[in-house]
Amino acid sequence: MKRNLLLTAALASALAGLASAPASAATKFDFWYGLSGDLSERVQDVCKRFNASQTDYEIVCTSQNDYDTNLQNTIAAFRANKQPTITQIFDAGTLDLMLSGAYMPIGQLMSENGYKIDWDNYLKGIRSYYSTSKGELLSMPFNSSTAMIYYNTDALAKIGFTGVPQTWEEVEDVARREKAAGYDCPVAFDPTGVWQWFEQFSAIHNQPIASNGNGFGGLNAEYVFNKTKFVDQLTWYKKMFDEGLFVHKSKAAGETPNDAFINGHCQITSSSVADHGTFTKQAKPEVHWTMAMLPVWAGTDRKNSFVGGASLWTLKGKSAEEYKGAAAFFNFLATPESAEFWSTVTGYVPVTMTGFEAMKAKGFYDAAPYKGRELAIASLTYGEATENTHGIRLGNYVTMRKEVGDAISQVMFNNVPVQQALDTAVEHGNALLRKFEKTYAGVQLP
Amino acid sequence: MERRAYYRNKTLPWLLIAPQLLLVFVFFYWPTAQALYWAVTLEQPWGGGNAFVGFDNFMLLFADSRYWATVFRSGIYAVLATGLSMAGALTLALFADRQLKGTRLFQSVYIWPYAIAAPAAGVAFRFMFSPQAGLVGMINQVWPGIWDPSVIGWQALLMVIVCHAWLGIGYNFVFFLAALQMIPRTISEAGAMDGARPLQRMLDLQLPLIAPTTFFLLIINLISSFTDSFGLIDTMTEGGPVGATELMVYKIYFDGFKGLDYSGAAAQSIVLMVLVIALTFIQFKWVERRIHYT
Repeated sequence: MKRNLLLTAALASALAGLASAPASAATKFDFWYGLSGDLSERVQDVCKRFNASQTDYEIVCTSQNDYDTNLQNTIAAFRANKQPTITQIFDAGTLDLMLSGAYMPIGQLMSENGYKIDWDNYLKGIRSYYSTSKGELLSMPFNSSTAMIYYNTDALAKIGFTGVPQTWEEVEDVARREKAAGYDCPVAFDPTGVWQWFEQFSAIHNQPIASNGNGFGGLNAEYVFNKTKFVDQLTWYKKMFDEGLFVHKSKAAGETPNDAFINGHCQITSSSVADHGTFTKQAKPEVHWTMAMLPVWAGTDRKNSFVGGASLWTLKGKSAEEYKGAAAFFNFLATPESAEFWSTVTGYVPVTMTGFEAMKAKGFYDAAPYKGRELAIASLTYGEATENTHGIRLGNYVTMRKEVGDAISQVMFNNVPVQQALDTAVEHGNALLRKFEKTYAGVQLP
Repeated sequence: MERRAYYRNKTLPWLLIAPQLLLVFVFFYWPTAQALYWAVTLEQPWGGGNAFVGFDNFMLLFADSRYWATVFRSGIYAVLATGLSMAGALTLALFADRQLKGTRLFQSVYIWPYAIAAPAAGVAFRFMFSPQAGLVGMINQVWPGIWDPSVIGWQALLMVIVCHAWLGIGYNFVFFLAALQMIPRTISEAGAMDGARPLQRMLDLQLPLIAPTTFFLLIINLISSFTDSFGLIDTMTEGGPVGATELMVYKIYFDGFKGLDYSGAAAQSIVLMVLVIALTFIQFKWVERRIHYT
């Protein structure tokens, strides 16, 4: 009896040892990302799915709260040689990393570790944003979005408008009639929403933001948006604002445009497609809404909108084992099942054509709550891409976004003439670009 | 005869102060040296390399009218925040010093604001000053649109200044109260017997006698308004609207951490550091020596 007990104990411990052995043998590697709240939980789900799918590697995913903080922390860690293997860098932070040489190109990583990925399968607009001027993709597209416009359908019905506005002319008409029908705030407008109100407008209307194909052609690009259709657009924003059709909504003003929209205080807002899921969950039950592509001015030859969001970069200075793990993780992300999972639980678009087609074939987009999300893909792939719609590759671009936001605010709130405000922003922006160029003197834009 | 303890051993004293020296070196001289180095180079954020550019970063800064606007704004902020905070604290201390009913309670209650973290206070004040829902925003119901710190620059600056001053009152109050209580009762009583009313005693006796404390607080408050305003601005306005609340310390943060312009931010840090050193110097050199009543 006693011997039996001992034997069982020995056996149990041996089994326990066996069971834990593969876990401890798994190569751990770090992945830092800049999402919080609900989206952070979804990233953790992705990590859990990867860890459960195999036993050789264990990914450790850490939220750094937001994109800015993640970028700062990654840089600090990299300089101290304590960097994660994979980090998530947002659109505006791409260029610095691209010039730093601190990364391992995704193509090289995958081929060295024996994976073959069909890069042509990735949506062109997404690919080009993270590729070199020669077309080599450098980072793994992950959470991709684009700017859309959201309408309150009850307000549209009340004024007798069928469908949704397709042009800015119609938006103006709708806003005016909504105002007349007693809605205080037809369009929610935050002048710091530079991404949707300025960048996306420029791309869709095929207007350059800077020379050299928005900087893709080299670091000597110069800002030119004070001479494009954006001048008229800002003039129009101002007119709408003065008539009370655009209403200022921001965190500082007490309510963000999106909150104003889902609470029914404002009837139109422009925001990321990634908010489609959030709106579905958080909109007040009496608020009915729909999402559409950003409008264009009548008669415009519409082009694709810019991709937003972030991509995953593999950093230099890690062991071969960790790179194997990273490659396995990227391969996992590239599977249609993963793409579908990620796109379903968030509002981000599937980044591959096959992923998108598979979801479409399954009827994913046919019914609420996902109906309408396919419009983001339509927006991202609209028309033939031009050098103005590849993306933005300009130094210190985070500061520049603030400059443009300030210029729009100056026009809206302080009645600074449109041309003067934009000229000032361009002048400041060019000073930033020249300093950036000097910082990277002798570095060739890949 | 001078009586001093001294060590025969030459290395022991150094060993004894080594931990302190090490701390000062690691947390002060090292970062300062790094900032100085970055200020005279163009530093790539990812550490890929840098180029020596001499004083170019400073020249660029000093040629930028917007930087001077930031410096000017910081000056206004420092003067107003310090003035408000000290005046408020002094008034409270003068009353708390008088032996009235409830004095003990007030003496401790007025210190509380100092225990509140700046960001927490910032959020609370943001609500109070909110144009739509806040307490101050009620004025908009009388005159629509007259109060909106999210759009009107000077109102945003005023909001941050008031919050900063409020936070500092507790600290200043403790010093003022201590100084007032150090004044011998006999002096006040003698004044009272000569027929001086409380207000007159305050102006002619108490204020001159606490002058050393006042000057000490003045410098400390000025320095703190240059450096401690960051937490408030970050939670209340993020430098907006249109840079109306962008002070020197916030611009350093934005340019360096958000804009990844490490060199420009380092140059600005050096300028701010020189300013604070100058204030400290004034404090030690003149204020502490000249103002003495015994």
